[in-house]
Amino acid sequence: MSAAVSAERSGLFQALARVREVGLFAVLAALALATAAINPRFLGAQGVKDILEDVAVTALLCVGETIVLLMRQVDLSISSILGLTAYATGALFIAHPAMPVPLVMAIGAVGGAVLGALNGGLVAWGGVPSLVATLGTLYVFRGADFAWVKGAQINATSLPGHFLGLATAGVGPVPFLALIVVGLIALSGYALRHYPAGREYFALGSNEEAARLAGIDVRRRLLLGFICCGAIAGFAGVLFTARFGTVDATAGTGLELHVIAACVVGGVAITGGVGSVEGAAIGALLLATISNALVSLRVPAFWEQTIEGAMLLAAISLDLVIARHTLALMRSGRRHG
Amino acid sequence: MTDGTPILATVGVSKSFGGAVALRDVSLALHGGEAHALLGENGAGKSTLVRILAGVIEPDSGHILLNGRPQIFRNPAEARDAGVAVIYQEPTLFPDLSIAENVLIGRQPRRRWGRIDHRRSTAMVAALFAGLGVALDPARPVRGLSIAGQQLVEIAKALSYEARVLIMDEPTAALTGEETARLFAVVRRLLGQGVAILFITHRLEEAFAECQRLTVLRDGAPVDSGPIAGYTPSQVVRLMVGRALETLYPPRRSERGAPALVVRGLSAAGVYAGIDFDLHRGEIVALAGLVGAGRSEVLRGIFGIDQREGGTVHAFGREIPPGDPRAAMRMGLALVPEDRRQQGLVLDLSIIRNATLAVLRKLCRGPFSSPAKERAITAEWASRLKLKFRRLSDAVATLSGGNQQKVVLSKWLATGPRILLIDEPTRGIDVGAKAELHHLIAGLARQDLAVLMVSSELPEVLGMADRILVMREGRIVGEMGGALASEESVMALATGQEGALGPACDPA
Repeated sequence: MSAAVSAERSGLFQALARVREVGLFAVLAALALATAAINPRFLGAQGVKDILEDVAVTALLCVGETIVLLMRQVDLSISSILGLTAYATGALFIAHPAMPVPLVMAIGAVGGAVLGALNGGLVAWGGVPSLVATLGTLYVFRGADFAWVKGAQINATSLPGHFLGLATAGVGPVPFLALIVVGLIALSGYALRHYPAGREYFALGSNEEAARLAGIDVRRRLLLGFICCGAIAGFAGVLFTARFGTVDATAGTGLELHVIAACVVGGVAITGGVGSVEGAAIGALLLATISNALVSLRVPAFWEQTIEGAMLLAAISLDLVIARHTLALMRSGRRHG
Repeated sequence: MTDGTPILATVGVSKSFGGAVALRDVSLALHGGEAHALLGENGAGKSTLVRILAGVIEPDSGHILLNGRPQIFRNPAEARDAGVAVIYQEPTLFPDLSIAENVLIGRQPRRRWGRIDHRRSTAMVAALFAGLGVALDPARPVRGLSIAGQQLVEIAKALSYEARVLIMDEPTAALTGEETARLFAVVRRLLGQGVAILFITHRLEEAFAECQRLTVLRDGAPVDSGPIAGYTPSQVVRLMVGRALETLYPPRRSERGAPALVVRGLSAAGVYAGIDFDLHRGEIVALAGLVGAGRSEVLRGIFGIDQREGGTVHAFGREIPPGDPRAAMRMGLALVPEDRRQQGLVLDLSIIRNATLAVLRKLCRGPFSSPAKERAITAEWASRLKLKFRRLSDAVATLSGGNQQKVVLSKWLATGPRILLIDEPTRGIDVGAKAELHHLIAGLARQDLAVLMVSSELPEVLGMADRILVMREGRIVGEMGGALASEESVMALATGQEGALGPACDPA
C-alpha cells in the first residue's frame, strides 16, 4: 500500500517539478481573474498594457540573469549596466536625433557585452566569486555613470517620437516593447534547449567538474554567459529609455535584486542547472501583476515588497520540498532495490 | 593474445605535486581484449595515473603511446576523442540533465541549423541500454539514480563513442553483489570486442576473477607487473603494503572494564531498528557491514545528530537524551565523523582553530578566547598524536589526509571523552599514517576509553576490534569475537550468506 501511495505522491511532485511554468501560469491567471472580478478595469486594454510595459524590461533582464544563474553564478551588475546604456541612449539621440533605432539598440547591446566581458573575465580567469566580482562592478559601473552624467537628466521631450513609440504604440494592447521582449525570450529559450552551447550552461551549473571532464571549456562558457547577460542588460537599457523617457544617473538602481527574485519565483534554481527563461519571465510577470493588482485593489503600496519577498520564500520552499522528496525517493529506491 | 602493440601505454611517466612525488617512472601497457588490474594502497598513485591517462593532468616527464605513437592529451576531450573512456569512482554526471544528454554531451546528433536532435539522442541511448540489458528511461534526469544506475550511464557513455580503452576506478565500491555481476558481464563483452580495460579495485578477488594481468603500485612506483596467474592474493597484498599485514595492527587487550555505553532497542524508521549492544570501558567494538547498512546512522543516532525514534542510550548509567549532541558531549561522548573534509574540519582555518573548535568555551576567559591556552592545548595534542606540521597557524588544507585526520581526532580528544564514536577512521589515508592512527586508537583504549568504530575495511575491523557487530539492512545480524572472526565470516553475515557461517559466528 505504502508503495502505491509513494508512487502516486512522487508522480505529483515530479509533475510539479516538471511543469513549474504551468503552475506559475495558473497562479497568475487566478490572481488576474480574482482582481478583475473586483476591479474589471484591471484586465481592460489599458490595464494589460500597463502591466506589459512595466514588466518588459524586467523580464528581459531575467533572460540574461537566468543564463548566469544556470551556470551557478550570479550577476548583480545588470542594473548598473542598464543605467549606463540607458543614459548613453539618450545622449546618442540628443547628439544625433536621426540615428536609426536598430543602430542604437546594437550599440547598447555591444556596450553591455563589453561590460559583461569584464565580469566574465573576473570570474573565469580571476577566480573571483561572481557574487563579489559583480557586486564590485555594480558599484564601479554605477560610479562611472555618476561621474559621466553628474546631475544631468534626459527628458522625453529631447527623444525622437518614433523611439518613444516603442513603448506607447503597439498591436492592440501589446506595446512593441513587449513584442520585442517576448520574441527574445522565445528565441533564447529555444536556443538554450536546442543548441549544444545552450545545454552547456545547464551542464556547467549542474556539475562543474563533470563539465570539465566532458571536455567543455568551462572558462570560455563562463565568459560567454556573462557576455550574454551583459549584452541583454545593455539592450534592456535602450528599452528602459524608450519606456520611461526620463533618465538620470540613478536609472535602474536596485533592479538586480528584483530580477533575481523574479528568476527564483519563476523556478530558476539559485544552485544552478535548473530553470528556463520562460519560467523566469513568467516569474517577472507574476510579480508585476501582483504589484499592479495591489494598486487597482487600492492596497497601500508598501505591502508590495512584503508580498514579493513572501513569493520568493514560497518559491524556494517549494523547491526545497521537491528536492527533499526526490532525495527520499532516491534513498528508498536504493534500499528496496 | 597480448602480443603486438598495446592500444594505450605509458612510458616512464612521473608526476609531482608541489614537493610530493605522486608517480615515479611508471610504465604500463594496455592491450586490446585484456583486463589489466592496477592495484595499490590508497595514496599509491593509482588515481594520478588514471588522471594522466584521461588527459585531466599532464605528466612532468615520460609520455603516453597511443597505438605505439607518442600522444599528448591536453584535456579530457582529447583523450575521449582518442577512444579513452574513464569511469570514476564517483560518477561524474550532470544530475539536472537527462540520461540521454549525459551520455551524449558534446556529441549529440543534430538536426537542421545545428539544433540538437533530442528524439534521435533518446533513441540512440535507448538502443545502447537495450544492448546492455538495462531498463532505464533515457529521458529521465540523472538526479535520483542509484550509484549503480549512474555507473551504467557512464558505461553507456563509454560505449557511445566506441571507446577502445576503458578505465574503471573502483567501479564496484558502492555496488551490491548483483549489480557487480551485471557490470562484469558487460566488461567481459567489451573484452570480447577487443577493448582494453584498466581496472582499479580494492577487492583482490575481483581482480583475480576478472583480470588477466596486474600491476602493483607502491608510493607512486610500480613494484611488480605480470600475468595475474603468476600471483597469489597474499603475495599481492605483501607487494602492495611492502610488509606483512599482521604487523600493521597493534596487539589487542583481553580484559574489558565496566559497561560504558548501553544501547537498547534503538531505531529510526527506514534506517535501522532494534539495535542492542553494550560497549565497555577499554574496549574497541567495530560496526561492520556494507555501505548503506546503517552503521554511520547508528553512530549519529547515539550521538544525537539525527533524531532517533525509539530505544534508549545510557552512558555510565545516565540516559543520553535523544537529538541533543551537546548533552552527549557533556556526558563524555565524542563523534569523529566519516567525511573529515565535509563534517570534521574547516579546511581553510588553521590547525589551532580546528583543534580547539569543540572546546572553545572551556578555553575562554570571560567572553574572550585565550590564544595562549588554545596554542598550548593544540601543541600538546599535536605532539601526543605525532602530528606533522610546519606551523600550528597553517591552514588544515595544507596537511596530508592522515594528518588532517589527526587534527580531527585531537579536536575531539581535547574534549576529554570517555566514549569515542569514530566513523571510518582511516579512509583515504596512506598505509604508514594508518598504522599510526591504529596504534593511537588502541593506546586510547588501553587508557580505558571505550571506542565504537565504523569501518568498511575488513582488515582494519579484524585487526582493531575486540568485538565485531555486523549490520545488514539496518539490523545487527551477528556478533563475533575479534580474534575468532575472519574476513569471510564477516562478509557472509554482512551480505546475508549465512549458509557459509563458520563456528566463530553467533548470529543474534
